[in-house]
Amino acid sequence: MAQSIVNLFETPSQTAGPYVQIGCTPNFAGINGVYPEDFGLRAIEDGAQGEIITIRGRVYDKFDEPMFDPMIESWQADAAGRFPGQPDADPKVNGFCRFPLDVKTAEYTLKTVKPGRTPSRSGGFHAPHIALWIVARGNNIGLNTRIYFEDEQEHNKVDPVLHRVKPVKRLDTLLARKVGEHEYHFDIRLRGEQETVFLDM
Amino acid sequence: MTNSGPLIPRNRGIHPVIHDPEMKTTMILGPMEPLLSMESTMTEETGPRFGHGIIGQLDNNLITNFTRGKSEAIGERIRVHGRVVDENNRAVPNTLVEIWQANAGGRYRHATDHYLAPLDLNFGGCGRTMTDQDGFYEFLTIKPGAYPWPNRDNEWRPMHIHFSIFGHSFGQRLITQMYFEGDPLIARCPIVGTIKDRAQANQLVAALDIKNSRPMDYLAYKFDIVLRGRRQTMFENRLEGL
Ligand SMILES: [Fe+2]
Repeated sequence: MAQSIVNLFETPSQTAGPYVQIGCTPNFAGINGVYPEDFGLRAIEDGAQGEIITIRGRVYDKFDEPMFDPMIESWQADAAGRFPGQPDADPKVNGFCRFPLDVKTAEYTLKTVKPGRTPSRSGGFHAPHIALWIVARGNNIGLNTRIYFEDEQEHNKVDPVLHRVKPVKRLDTLLARKVGEHEYHFDIRLRGEQETVFLDM
Repeated sequence: MTNSGPLIPRNRGIHPVIHDPEMKTTMILGPMEPLLSMESTMTEETGPRFGHGIIGQLDNNLITNFTRGKSEAIGERIRVHGRVVDENNRAVPNTLVEIWQANAGGRYRHATDHYLAPLDLNFGGCGRTMTDQDGFYEFLTIKPGAYPWPNRDNEWRPMHIHFSIFGHSFGQRLITQMYFEGDPLIARCPIVGTIKDRAQANQLVAALDIKNSRPMDYLAYKFDIVLRGRRQTMFENRLEGL
């Protein structure tokens, strides 16, 4: 008999269900006055350094119908590639944002700073990206993915995550399309033909 | 020993399955393609920090937070408390815990919930708190009612409270549900049933905690939470700034 290793198991996930807004964005859900404002409203504050961009998109189901009740959260570095809490990080970058989908258009809007590339453990760099975590009805565990930018080809080419996406045509699902000056579009498809690449780390 | 290695890879076998015909929505909304496996990076090993300043005094009291202390919600008064630790059994201090739930009749305060049980004028259904230095948290609330939902014919959810927990890194993010010891609907629930490991499903059932109940006031339920941990090693480079 060997010594025993005491490891705890992670608490299992359960679906966030259709009422996740009540808990995470109650003011958006019409439950006003309990919290002065919903948590995670802004990825950046006024005065953040770098290119200020707006990303818009929707979450689609298998039938290409937009969904209204998922919740999305984002986490990212500042324009210099530093995460909030790290030395010299931009104090105007919160890094975290939580955004529900518009009740009429099902669209999300993320106003933020375009992140810089971030160091990898092996000494290289990750291309600029924004991490997303999506919870939705019919999903028993949150989905991780990343928004990369189609106009960062040089960095994207050597990104250790993008590098491993197979088949290569699925890469497109991780790239935000540039649709205007400082404006990008990024849809999430939970399932189907153009299903988004989801990550397991 | 540092705690700066990558996140311990997620053991998907102890989580719910992605597709389960008994829970019909998973068949149209759960992804088909395999997830892309990767080692965690700085992106998943960092996460939002929280100041205790965002938490208001009544935030973790769902009995009174909707009326700002003016009147009290209807239902069985309960205290839900526990500790948040990681897989290495280290406390997770100063992290945000958010909950939401139906009222005592099983009705959510939400535009799309049309269940015939009435709304409670004094109940909103959301609460939040921060774990203390040792990872402990507590809420005062009412026991939520069971409610029906469209799935198989005559489907009912066991009494439950939804939990959202952050941890210290974005890769630890978790949303789950807490059930109540002794509820006969747990064994019939297809959402609980998506967890195929029995012992794991039992992790979601809070124990009646008589010793921490308050006579003539509330019953207590204890619900501990385990978040992912990180590989503990001195061999791996500590990434600058972490
Ligand atoms: Fe629920």
